[in-house]
Amino acid sequence: MTTTTTPLAETTLLRFATAGSVDDGKSTLVGRLLHDSKSVLTDQLEAVEHASRNRGQDTPDLALLTDGLRAEREQGITIDVAYRYFATARRRFILADTPGHVQYTRNMVTGASTAELAVVLVDARNGVVEQTRRHAAVAALLRVPHVVLAVNKMDLVDWSEKEFLRISEDFARCAAELDHPMTEFTAIPVSALTGDNVVDRSAHMDWYTGPTLLDHLETVRTDDTAADTPARLPVQYVIRHGDDRWYAGQLASGELRAGDAVVVLPSGVTSTVTAVDRLGRRVDAAYALDSVSVRLADDLDIGRGDLIAPVAEAPALTRDVDADVCHLHDRALRVGDRVLLRHTTRTVKAIVRDLPGRPDGLTTNVLGRIRLRTAEPLAADPYAASRRTGSFLLIDPADGATLTAGMVR
Amino acid sequence: MNTRTAVPAPTTLTTLTMSTATRADARGTHTGPAPRTDTVTGPRPTAPERVRPERSHLDSLESEAVHIFREVAGEFERPVILFSGGKDSIVMLHLALKAFAPAPIPFTLLHVDTGHNFPEVLDHRDRAVAAHGLRLHIASVQDYIDAGTLRERPDGTRNPLQTVPLTEAIQQHRFDAVFGGGRRDEEKARAKERVFSLRDEFSQWDPRRQRPELWQLYNGRHAPGEHVRVFPISNWTELDVWQYIQRERIELPEIYFAHHREVFDRGGMWLTAGDWGGPKDTEPTETRLVRYRTVGDMSCTGAVDSDATTLDAVIAEIAASRLTERGATRADDKMSEAAMEDRKREGYF
Repeated sequence: MTTTTTPLAETTLLRFATAGSVDDGKSTLVGRLLHDSKSVLTDQLEAVEHASRNRGQDTPDLALLTDGLRAEREQGITIDVAYRYFATARRRFILADTPGHVQYTRNMVTGASTAELAVVLVDARNGVVEQTRRHAAVAALLRVPHVVLAVNKMDLVDWSEKEFLRISEDFARCAAELDHPMTEFTAIPVSALTGDNVVDRSAHMDWYTGPTLLDHLETVRTDDTAADTPARLPVQYVIRHGDDRWYAGQLASGELRAGDAVVVLPSGVTSTVTAVDRLGRRVDAAYALDSVSVRLADDLDIGRGDLIAPVAEAPALTRDVDADVCHLHDRALRVGDRVLLRHTTRTVKAIVRDLPGRPDGLTTNVLGRIRLRTAEPLAADPYAASRRTGSFLLIDPADGATLTAGMVR
Repeated sequence: MNTRTAVPAPTTLTTLTMSTATRADARGTHTGPAPRTDTVTGPRPTAPERVRPERSHLDSLESEAVHIFREVAGEFERPVILFSGGKDSIVMLHLALKAFAPAPIPFTLLHVDTGHNFPEVLDHRDRAVAAHGLRLHIASVQDYIDAGTLRERPDGTRNPLQTVPLTEAIQQHRFDAVFGGGRRDEEKARAKERVFSLRDEFSQWDPRRQRPELWQLYNGRHAPGEHVRVFPISNWTELDVWQYIQRERIELPEIYFAHHREVFDRGGMWLTAGDWGGPKDTEPTETRLVRYRTVGDMSCTGAVDSDATTLDAVIAEIAASRLTERGATRADDKMSEAAMEDRKREGYF
């Protein structure tokens, strides 16, 4: 049945993550955001009300909206990243809801890795605490383009502008002192419990003239970081059709056009782009994060794991990788370990050369530094320049476990 | 602000510096590049003038799904797409076709047929397979029941019975990657599911032992006998699926649109009368104007009252609905608070 009549009003997509310490009210904030933006549907709310009653609670516990697994409901904690989906008339949202416990730093790193915005929550009564610094450090390390400081529980500090400013300035100092200083953030005073400044504007804080949290989420510019970096096309797959070969991949950054002079790494051979297809349709130019396929002027031996980049702005090849890392696995990573390094579509063998300051190795949830030597050259950018071509995973060659997340320095 | 002298230079407190005019712009503009809502006073690299509008959410989701299809094609030996003829798997097939155009899809298809599927859907399934020159494997629940290896449940629901034929088909054909149309918005256990979900030789899912998934780096390494379930449309919602169907003009089985159908009430759902065993003598049938939001086994998939006969009307109806797709029409998810999690642990999707 094809009865399309009106063109679809499409919206944009924002991926964001939340981080907060235990009892900062993060689950309540997320629940409030979903509830007040009318993204919680009746049957979901009924299920939460039912479960809350079974636990002897009078009011629905909005945290139950986000705790999906048996163990989480039984223990009343969030053990893992959960993804939530909601939409307004202006934008579609993917929320990576990550737990705040210190032992779950890896989950915040996971959520932040794809987030374009991070909401760091603090309790207005406690202000910036050690956990806040940790959340800020993760957001800055992962180069999340936009950070929101949500100063929650404003109702418990008499809606005080002074308290809000004091916390905002503390956070600014903390953000500037990080190893990877955060260049900007947006501070918003909220009360998740009462809903002030989450979706609806607060009647209690007329001194605040900025956006509500949802206003800000709806209007912040997305996908702007990858666009400013030179073109990088990691080859995922070669599509053969007749005598033609198309090199398929998702453009990690920049723009690519027919006529561009390109180099294929690591081999270093050069050619020219003759055609760019965006999902079966010929286009003049492809932009960062488009899934495309390109044809080149010369008949080259190119396969999965190769990188196509502009001749004039190609990344350097290296076998010595210096990176920031977050260790994810329960098994520690030690100097001398032989691992697999997964970078874009390429997997190479590597050996851990050095773990500065960590003589006992990297243990779970540790943020640290690593020096690796790879068996084959890698065409990597600094993570600060490109989140896609500057990131990698270390994998255990024995059982395939994902060990460590890395960001090239 | 006097206190700003205490604040390190590169940092900006938006609320301290934002002017009213800036906010008005931020609220009022919808087309073209959105103005930054955060006023920057510190040094920030100046970006070149942007000529490209922000990508639409459907383009973002489509690009991500295609990326996932291509990753599997590049990393695995024997992938298969679970294909039922329902809307999610039809969208999956459409995405796969785009991912490998102009070449054909380098995968086969697998359908776990409960024996109680809607004839219109099976017909659509077979026509899609023929139209694209694909190969379809069918694992039949009925065959297992006939052979005595599976027993009909007292409630007649065959959805949970799909797990055994599915896992045995995966073992028999040595599939190492199995694409499913599961979406995280469908159910709270699915919200925790990875895009690449490692399963052991019994197809079991252990939510506490999942690999962390970062950036767009999907780890598909597995031991012989294990496989990976792959969910390219994990991040889509029901509404996204429908908007995409409209944008791409994808053809669907008619039962997704309002039509007159003979149904009966069981447990608050309109079930279709049929050979599968309904209705009982105490369940009177009536003809109603209905459509389906999900399509699964006839014994547990309910129709909803609807007069939406067009895509526009369906989208308007979903956008206004206060019930989730599964909450409205799936009996199998209502069995317990953790019904989906429990079935997924056993190998179900």
